[in-house]
Amino acid sequence: MQVQSMHFKQTASSKLNDAVLQTALKKSKGKFVDGRALGVAQIDNWEDIRTFAASMRDRVIDNLDAYLLEFERNAIRRGAEVHWAETAEEANSIVLGIAQRNGVKTITKSKSMVTEEIALNDALIGAGIRVMETDLGEYILQLAEEPPSHIVAPAVHKSKEQVAELFMKAHHKPRLTDIPAMTREAREQLRSHFLGADMGISGANFVIAETGTTLTVTNEGNADLVTTLPRIHCVVTGIEKVIPTLEDFATLIRLLPRSAIGQSIANYLTLTTGVKAHGESDGPEQMHIVLVDAGRTKLVGSDMKDMLRCIRCGACMNHCPVYQNIGGHAYGWVYPGPMGSVLTPTYVGIENAGDLPNAATFCGECQVVCPVKIPLPDLMRKWRERQFDMQLRPFSERAAIAMWGYFVKRPALYSFATRIAARVAALMGGREKLIHSLPGIDGWTQGRDMPAPEGKTFREMYAARLAAQKVKT
Amino acid sequence: MSARDNILARIRSQSGKAGLTTNADLEAVRAHISSRERGPVPTFAMHDPVQHFIEECARLSTTIVEVGDISAVPLEVARYIDRASLQQRCVGWEEFAALDWQGTGIQYDSRPATGDDLIGITGCFCAIGETGTLLLLGAPNTPKSTALLPETHICIVRKSRMVPTMEDAFQLMCDEIGEPPRATFFVSGPSRTADIEQTIVIGAHGPYRVHVILIS
Repeated sequence: MQVQSMHFKQTASSKLNDAVLQTALKKSKGKFVDGRALGVAQIDNWEDIRTFAASMRDRVIDNLDAYLLEFERNAIRRGAEVHWAETAEEANSIVLGIAQRNGVKTITKSKSMVTEEIALNDALIGAGIRVMETDLGEYILQLAEEPPSHIVAPAVHKSKEQVAELFMKAHHKPRLTDIPAMTREAREQLRSHFLGADMGISGANFVIAETGTTLTVTNEGNADLVTTLPRIHCVVTGIEKVIPTLEDFATLIRLLPRSAIGQSIANYLTLTTGVKAHGESDGPEQMHIVLVDAGRTKLVGSDMKDMLRCIRCGACMNHCPVYQNIGGHAYGWVYPGPMGSVLTPTYVGIENAGDLPNAATFCGECQVVCPVKIPLPDLMRKWRERQFDMQLRPFSERAAIAMWGYFVKRPALYSFATRIAARVAALMGGREKLIHSLPGIDGWTQGRDMPAPEGKTFREMYAARLAAQKVKT
Repeated sequence: MSARDNILARIRSQSGKAGLTTNADLEAVRAHISSRERGPVPTFAMHDPVQHFIEECARLSTTIVEVGDISAVPLEVARYIDRASLQQRCVGWEEFAALDWQGTGIQYDSRPATGDDLIGITGCFCAIGETGTLLLLGAPNTPKSTALLPETHICIVRKSRMVPTMEDAFQLMCDEIGEPPRATFFVSGPSRTADIEQTIVIGAHGPYRVHVILIS
């Protein structure tokens, strides 16, 4: 996917004024946040499961080479071909090569964020192959020619009216606005593609070292059809997705759908190991697994390696006050919200995504809800520090921080300056006690007023209170 | 150097490890894997799995009926078909072909499902109480597509094959079969989507209805 993260500020402000998007975001926020809370409340030892899962993921990341080799050995033993791709281009050419060697003309695809990262569809379609996205959300976006705005609910930004228009044009049928009827129409449209495709491409939520298994977690059943019906199945996934055992998958599946939308389990878990056995009517004759690096090894062993634990549930963005207000497209690449603000600078360069680690209030909710305890605010802070060190932030910001640093290192001066500032701000607030516009940061006051301080600093008031207590005693 | 070698070398050097992955590294990984360590399990999952399975089915929109004996299955299927006003023609797994379908007026085709079949009848390897989940293992006479392509999936579950958790299901699979077959398929209720305005719709690309016949 083309990186647009450098335009974050402009896109974010236009998204704030997008009425359709704002309605969609308000609607989904409640479902995701309340849904997760209910799902998590069912489990009495949620924290223990999180701790276990985080340390299991760490164990793999700390021994990633050995776990990948063990996975590869078992996958090959069961009849799969394992391919390794250092870059997006390499991954695309591997998949295209498989398709061309086998005379593939049509491909069905289930949702995969890695294939969004590497823009696989563009590569395949460019070579004249017909590619159909089959996840309903991804199908809608393929018709709309838009990228996903959420890693779990890709079309969350679309209204049903917008979808109705797209379906009417693409299906040449009367316009429907009843959601179940629209869903049925999409099912009927896609059925023949499922049955006729030469090759199925899926991602993998995890791959299991013990058994050489790759697996998908879905509700629609599309990934299950994509991995079962065509004669060739190709899995494209990141090298960090490996987990040790089947039992570890049982642990993670308690966390993943609950964190995503509060479901106790997803409707379909398809574990695929190797190829069709003799006498089987379904299943692929060839299975290819493409293990993609595309920036992941940069995180191994680094001070941001915690990010590799991520299981792509989307809870961090669902609970992020910034995401809740601007949606996913503003982030300008595949991964929005806090996890994206850590990953995007790693994968596409901090110079292209400088605003992302700064688009956070540091409320800490993302870390609280993360099922594998990724310290997302700390990781975003690390990017901020690096940006400052690399002098990538604008002069005005660096100057402001330098000035603040000057004052804060001189307590008497700091105290004096804040006393003046508090009084000036109180005056600016007037009788309403609200500041409508702040010089220098008027962008901030465009959409809200700043409550004016009372006229005294915290330290002044604290000192006065101590003095009053002393008088009493 | 191949992409594989480069990636592995980068992982090694980033992790501060010298040279190639050693046999000792691989042995350590295999030792951990064969310990088959289980993570924490929620307390509720350890209670009566059958009872829990029935409760979870209700939450997942899986309908469920209990019968005493496998011979009662065709009549129960006929009743279900009648209630849901479906056609009296099913495609199903070989293991149920010998039941008395003719007596109920149902045509039972013992073959894998195609895109046109409307009712698919399967058994399952085992069922999981914690989440109301059916585990189907694909093999020549137990094709997965029968549970996936038709609009209605009827699954015959023996109470004796009910386990509390997914870990127990994997254990049973390893004890009886050894390794996971190509298609290891967990089904928890009918297919659904919420991709249009986060409105849940039952029936996406998989079945609209999942009906469990539980045999005591």
